[in-house]
Amino acid sequence: MENREVAIQLSGVKKMYKLGQIGGGTLQGDLQSWWARVRGKEDPNTKIGSEQQLIGQSFMALNGIDLTVYKGEALGIIGSNGAGKSTMLKLLSRVTAPTEGEIDIYGRIASMLEVGTGFNGEMTGRENVYMNGAILGMTKAEIDAKMEDIIEFSEVREFIDTPVKRYSSGMYVKLAFSVAAHLDSEIMIMDEVLAVGDMAFQKKCLDKMRDAAKKEGRTVLYVSHNMNTIRQLCDRCIVLNKGKVVFEGGVDESINHYMNTTKALAVVNDCSGEHKGPTMDKKIHIDTVTFLDTDFPVYETGDVVIVKVDFTSRCDIDHLAMRMTVHSGDKTVVGLATSSPCMVAKSGSNEVVLTLRLDWLAPGKYIIKLTAYSVNEFGMNQMHDVVDDCFAFEKVQSMDDNNRMSWNHSWWGYMMFPELGVK
Amino acid sequence: MQEATKPIYYTHISSKYHMFDLNLKEVWRYRDLIMLFTKRTFALTYKQTVLGPAWIFINPLISSFIYAFVFGGIAGMGTDGVPQILFYLCSNAIWIFFSGCVTKNASTFTANANVFGKVYFPRLTIPVSNVLASVVQFGVQMILVLLFLTYYVINGQVHPHWEVWPLIPVVLVHLGLLGLGFGIIISSLTTKYRDLAILVTFGVQLWMYATPIVYPLSQLGDGLMKNILLLNPVTAPVEVFRYAVLGQGEIMPAYLVLSGVITLVAVIGGVMIFNKVEKTFMDTV
Repeated sequence: MENREVAIQLSGVKKMYKLGQIGGGTLQGDLQSWWARVRGKEDPNTKIGSEQQLIGQSFMALNGIDLTVYKGEALGIIGSNGAGKSTMLKLLSRVTAPTEGEIDIYGRIASMLEVGTGFNGEMTGRENVYMNGAILGMTKAEIDAKMEDIIEFSEVREFIDTPVKRYSSGMYVKLAFSVAAHLDSEIMIMDEVLAVGDMAFQKKCLDKMRDAAKKEGRTVLYVSHNMNTIRQLCDRCIVLNKGKVVFEGGVDESINHYMNTTKALAVVNDCSGEHKGPTMDKKIHIDTVTFLDTDFPVYETGDVVIVKVDFTSRCDIDHLAMRMTVHSGDKTVVGLATSSPCMVAKSGSNEVVLTLRLDWLAPGKYIIKLTAYSVNEFGMNQMHDVVDDCFAFEKVQSMDDNNRMSWNHSWWGYMMFPELGVK
Repeated sequence: MQEATKPIYYTHISSKYHMFDLNLKEVWRYRDLIMLFTKRTFALTYKQTVLGPAWIFINPLISSFIYAFVFGGIAGMGTDGVPQILFYLCSNAIWIFFSGCVTKNASTFTANANVFGKVYFPRLTIPVSNVLASVVQFGVQMILVLLFLTYYVINGQVHPHWEVWPLIPVVLVHLGLLGLGFGIIISSLTTKYRDLAILVTFGVQLWMYATPIVYPLSQLGDGLMKNILLLNPVTAPVEVFRYAVLGQGEIMPAYLVLSGVITLVAVIGGVMIFNKVEKTFMDTV
């Protein structure tokens, strides 16, 4: 790793935003405040009361980022809303300057914080390609040379001499992405640009970006909430949280870290507290889920997950059933298991033991969403309680498994079928 | 990493920067973009209009007729013996050039906030292209002036000082820089104080009346008014321009130097403020 070429180096980067209204908004207001300060009087523009404490308060969108991005790698940036992803990209693409810290960038940056920046509805597609290319830093000669490729890639050849205000949003995006993708830049920055466009084009774009990283040795920084595209494109990830890099590593580990920060493996899972969710009548409250017959919820093929569910019921309920939705680490739904509606709950505390067989489940960490519901005489379901992220377990490969490879979910999915028969 | 492996393109972003770090070289690298912006200004103004570029001629013609009617006709102001319509066309051309530089640039940051917020390019390209667009517009208006001028010169009613004509480009550069300087100072301040955006249209109109545009300088006599007007940095260059084209007015070297100094201060100060503001204006706009 040591001798890899550095593409981007961030050291101690901080970005501060002021909270609330910036400035007085008017020159008069600022002059008033300034004059008051000069005379040592109270600022007449300060709001009375609690607002006083807010003065000088600031919000650190980025709070000390140290990061090295190497040449030719595709780095995914994940994090919840407000974690600082977009701010970081904005700093890198020089839209705004950092409050503190240094950034070194080796190479030209093509940033796509938004697709179609500088597109003007009145101008034709071709005129806009020139405009957009020039804004992104290409010279006219470079654009001329790439024009044919751009039009070809964008799939909008018939409309290239039509004003873009007549384009559908999909066409707009296709053209804009094509321009950005054909830039001769060493670094590409993309903020969720693939959210638009049809599936086929999305795939084409991802392939293009992957090629850019793998074959052309360009560096790609990609921000998305779509873990699948991250997994397809990136080979390394960082997880941002509250303006700091909280995790740095492989894609799957990062995604799991980002997704799982709330749920850890534990034998006793406390589910007290309010359960939020639509369409449940809350007649039942699931209190705890405890793994039985195991010291730690790690299973192999052939093992059966046995859990004891303690719940409180507010009334007597017949035909009670439970179901478990199995989710992978990144919250993808893997499957569902339901019990028969044969349970009976009495008003007060109840307990029930459920079993779940894992025979065909691929190795990995899984999170269960547990739902208690009942079936009435018309066959209608009524949900009583739903617990997201109720409990988690891990399935590991056993010695008996035919497949001993480390399981890659983006390639093989979440099902491990029994051994392939040979006749 | 070794020094030798550094690519040609290297950018260092830091929270600290030099006040004189103006990055003019980078602006030059983006010259194609400047040309495109300039073209766009024209292309967009006349898209989906019936008369199209003819409006470039019609606009100044109409306003010159109105000036001739209001100031020449109703107010009865003299034009130093120059045919009224030619006098107003000529004054109008140079004033529109200057005021265009100021007003277009005054909204640089606010009008382009959506583009500036998404992608980096040297922000100074926009003001420069605005000035270039004004130059082109001035050129087109000069065609109109020349048509009328030819007619009146043949009739012997006007006697231009042809020997001063080579100075006209210098006057343009001078006024262009002055307009650019004021424009970008205003645009930098409007990121924080929106009041200025409202003030600027109004202010530029007032400025026109404080400049000998709709009347010749000689109308003021030699009183205090004239001295005040001469402090206006636009007055002296405008007089040079009309001296060349119409043979009216005078060249005042002392006031030209004063105007030149004001221009230099405005441009250098403007570019410095502009560079400071462009770094973080996205956070306040």
